[in-house]
Amino acid sequence: MDGIHDLGGKQGFGRVRYSPKARTFHESWEKRVNALYSLAVKRGIFNMDEYRHAIERMEPRHYLSASYYERSLTSLATLCVEKGVVTLEELERRAHGSFPISAPSAPGRSNVPERERFQPGDRVRVRVDHVAGHVRMPGYIRGKTGVVVSESPAYPFPDALAHGVDAVDEPTYDVRFRAEDLWPNSADPALVHVGVFQSYLQHAP
Amino acid sequence: MPDQSHAHQATASVEQRVAAIEAAFDDRGMKPRESVEEFQRLADEQWVPQNGARVVARAWTDPAFRQRLLANGREAVLELGISMPAHHRHLVVLENTPTLQNVIVCTLCSCTAFTVIGLPPDWYKDLEYRARAVRQSRTVLREMGLDLPPEIEIRVWDTTADTRYMVLPVQPPETVGWLEEKLAGIVSQDSMIGVARL
Repeated sequence: MDGIHDLGGKQGFGRVRYSPKARTFHESWEKRVNALYSLAVKRGIFNMDEYRHAIERMEPRHYLSASYYERSLTSLATLCVEKGVVTLEELERRAHGSFPISAPSAPGRSNVPERERFQPGDRVRVRVDHVAGHVRMPGYIRGKTGVVVSESPAYPFPDALAHGVDAVDEPTYDVRFRAEDLWPNSADPALVHVGVFQSYLQHAP
Repeated sequence: MPDQSHAHQATASVEQRVAAIEAAFDDRGMKPRESVEEFQRLADEQWVPQNGARVVARAWTDPAFRQRLLANGREAVLELGISMPAHHRHLVVLENTPTLQNVIVCTLCSCTAFTVIGLPPDWYKDLEYRARAVRQSRTVLREMGLDLPPEIEIRVWDTTADTRYMVLPVQPPETVGWLEEKLAGIVSQDSMIGVARL
């Protein structure tokens, strides 16, 4: 989905709030959230792609205002409700207040039927696909052309796995783009490498 | 009195919401407290940047290991007793040179090779870094204190799939000949993400 989470290249954000040797966690509830969603994954309540997609489905204003771990918490609660582990009413009763969860999911998709194979050095174009459900293609590479650097081992296809759709594993290709091609006249010159699933790619004309 | 409407109920605090899920899990016999304690231990002791620092120090002092690391990162870090989760099938080690700086980001969420380079720092997960690192790499690095001369090329790696990355920093020349353990002490997490040089 073309969601608010797809931040790469979005303008208007200010300086990174950086400090050397910064911490991962700031409050004790953050570790508890991380532990609880790991427990849910371990018990097979949901997988990591469902987890990521439930974050992407957050109401955009909530997504932007929530901290990283509040987004984790929202995904965890959403999936526990959707999978029937707990009702929203029970969560709100226990929390003594309203408990915002993510919007419902659109249908997922399986691998693209006419997948192509690529070799290092091949020029490839990212397909102009608009996917309603989960997808791991950042919007900034859609329709753009790059060069294949290498092929990864085959991985479960996230667009399917996030939705319980059947699919076969497929490789990702390390594709090298020029920042100047991604954002003409509007980027610092650099090479940008993206791990792109085979289904998202076609040979460049 | 009619039932209270959702619309008029104040949002519970994050602490209350976490406690609600933990209590619901506890009620269902899922033993959440054990998981929290176990996670605490892993986060504090296991998933720390010192792992990656040992890998870097070994690569600086053992050319054969360096070759194995660059060829197959996942297998090579296992030699040092560092494992990766099953779904991280691939670790790509990005070698910096005097004229090349590699930088890691995850624009879609905040993925990292956390068992190797440690759980990511707060700023790595912030909207600013995720939005800007791919498009304004040189500017962002300069704002973060790494002002690279123009002859140093920048390569940004967006962790959009399940391949995981770590940066192999350039060894400072004054440290050549140091023992591995001492070398590991100078390798920061930020240098393995690529926002700092040593």
